[in-house]
Amino acid sequence: MARYFRLLLVRLRVSVQLGSQYRSDFLVGGVMALFWLSWNLVPMWVVWQKRPMIAGWSFPEALLVAAWFTLMRGVLEGAVQPSLVAVVEHIRQGTLDFVLLKPADAQFLVSTAKFESWRAADAIGALVIGGYALHRVAHPPAASAIAVALLLTLAGAAVLYAVAIVVVAAAFWVVRLDNLIYLFNSIFDAARWPLTVFRGFWRILFTFIIPLGLITTYPAMALLNKLDWPTALRALGGAMLFVALARVAWTRALKHYTSASS
Amino acid sequence: MSRTLKAFPTLLRIGLAEAIAYRAEFFIWMLTMTMPLIMLALMSTLAEEAPIGNFDSPRFVSYYLATLIVRQLASSWMVWEMMREIREGTLSMRLLRPIHPLSGYAAESLASIPMRALFSTPIALIALYATSGRDVTRDPALIFAFVLSVAGAWLLNFCISSIIGTLALYLDSSIAIWELWLGGFMIFSGYLLPLSLFPPWFQTLAHVLPFSYLQALPVEIITGLHGRSGAFWELGHQWLYALSALGAMLLFWQRAIKRFSAFGG
Repeated sequence: MARYFRLLLVRLRVSVQLGSQYRSDFLVGGVMALFWLSWNLVPMWVVWQKRPMIAGWSFPEALLVAAWFTLMRGVLEGAVQPSLVAVVEHIRQGTLDFVLLKPADAQFLVSTAKFESWRAADAIGALVIGGYALHRVAHPPAASAIAVALLLTLAGAAVLYAVAIVVVAAAFWVVRLDNLIYLFNSIFDAARWPLTVFRGFWRILFTFIIPLGLITTYPAMALLNKLDWPTALRALGGAMLFVALARVAWTRALKHYTSASS
Repeated sequence: MSRTLKAFPTLLRIGLAEAIAYRAEFFIWMLTMTMPLIMLALMSTLAEEAPIGNFDSPRFVSYYLATLIVRQLASSWMVWEMMREIREGTLSMRLLRPIHPLSGYAAESLASIPMRALFSTPIALIALYATSGRDVTRDPALIFAFVLSVAGAWLLNFCISSIIGTLALYLDSSIAIWELWLGGFMIFSGYLLPLSLFPPWFQTLAHVLPFSYLQALPVEIITGLHGRSGAFWELGHQWLYALSALGAMLLFWQRAIKRFSAFGG
């Protein structure tokens, strides 16, 4: 365990060093991230202008969900996807062999291959939006609410990672995958809205199959004291189930791997 | 010119064959345009309590399904391919052919429309059924204007994509410019939210910018949000934009292509 932790630190350091090699990219990326962040709030702002409360959410409360969305998109595009896109390239060229030969778990190695450090701007933006939203909501959250929110954030990040691993596992069968990643990203965009504004089919889809609710809405609800304990516990259980499923999908996919070259 | 016209049917056939050959990818690619469906679910739920602006729940259904169809028919994604070919130098294959490379791109883009239409027809039928066609215009003049506006939207979209794609001959990061363009498109074109829900100053701005002519105009015409004179007046604006973009594209390409240098053989 300690060895994997050290390995993770080494890889993070390498990514930051690689990132700071292209300083202008780093800066431009960060600035652009902040621009997109505010730009993406425009539809929300327009809709809440028309109505003060929507499906039980006031505008500041919905902003809190948007803050979590921003954070999680940073996690997705900064920490999860860059590495996994690289796996697809490995599979296509058969160079996954070299990863499999290394004396560490392959899933760990491929998932920590690359981090986009300028995505930290998303975390800063999320803090700004979240801080503003909490200020407008007026009553500060209790310590226990903050703890639950943090726990659910970790669970949400784990689910995001698990879904991504499942998508990558699919790459062992269907090699062209960039489209699947685009598809996932376009669906993930829906997570910026509180889950309860959706009904019927979409509600079920975003609660159970692609649990966007768990990733952005539940942590915000926890912070607002709107989440009951059973739901929180079920969410945590569901997250663990997703991670376990992803592990199974990955090991099964790996068995299916046949080196492409030579 | 006549050479291009003679080659065009063949180019279209090749493009269609490619679209069919990569149908699974094509299908997933089209699924990525689910944003209007998500917005539809959202807005029609909200409008159930009371109309939002001048939109009630069925009107949102018509609006977003028309949005989806127009997006399928009028969008052009060749900017990615163009930038890749410029970067990798494979553009030289196109330059060797005895027709204008941009005609080749246009043919590929047009050839995918039958497949896209195949995807759009069921959506159109669902829309008609779900709202009993309440908001769809029955005026033949307006239907004619709709067809022209979709064609105009495609042309404008194609020319602007080409211009941004050609920028790859000057800039390393032309993708960033395309993304900025898409960002403007999302808000100003009526793709995410109908423009009439925005504040008035914003609508004026959206009216001056080209984005609304790519998306909102055909949707507004077919869902009966414009009268005859309004529709044709706006259509005039759109085609003015489209033809100016066409001229700009041709001039820019001529200058820019001189910078092209291919690698390898």
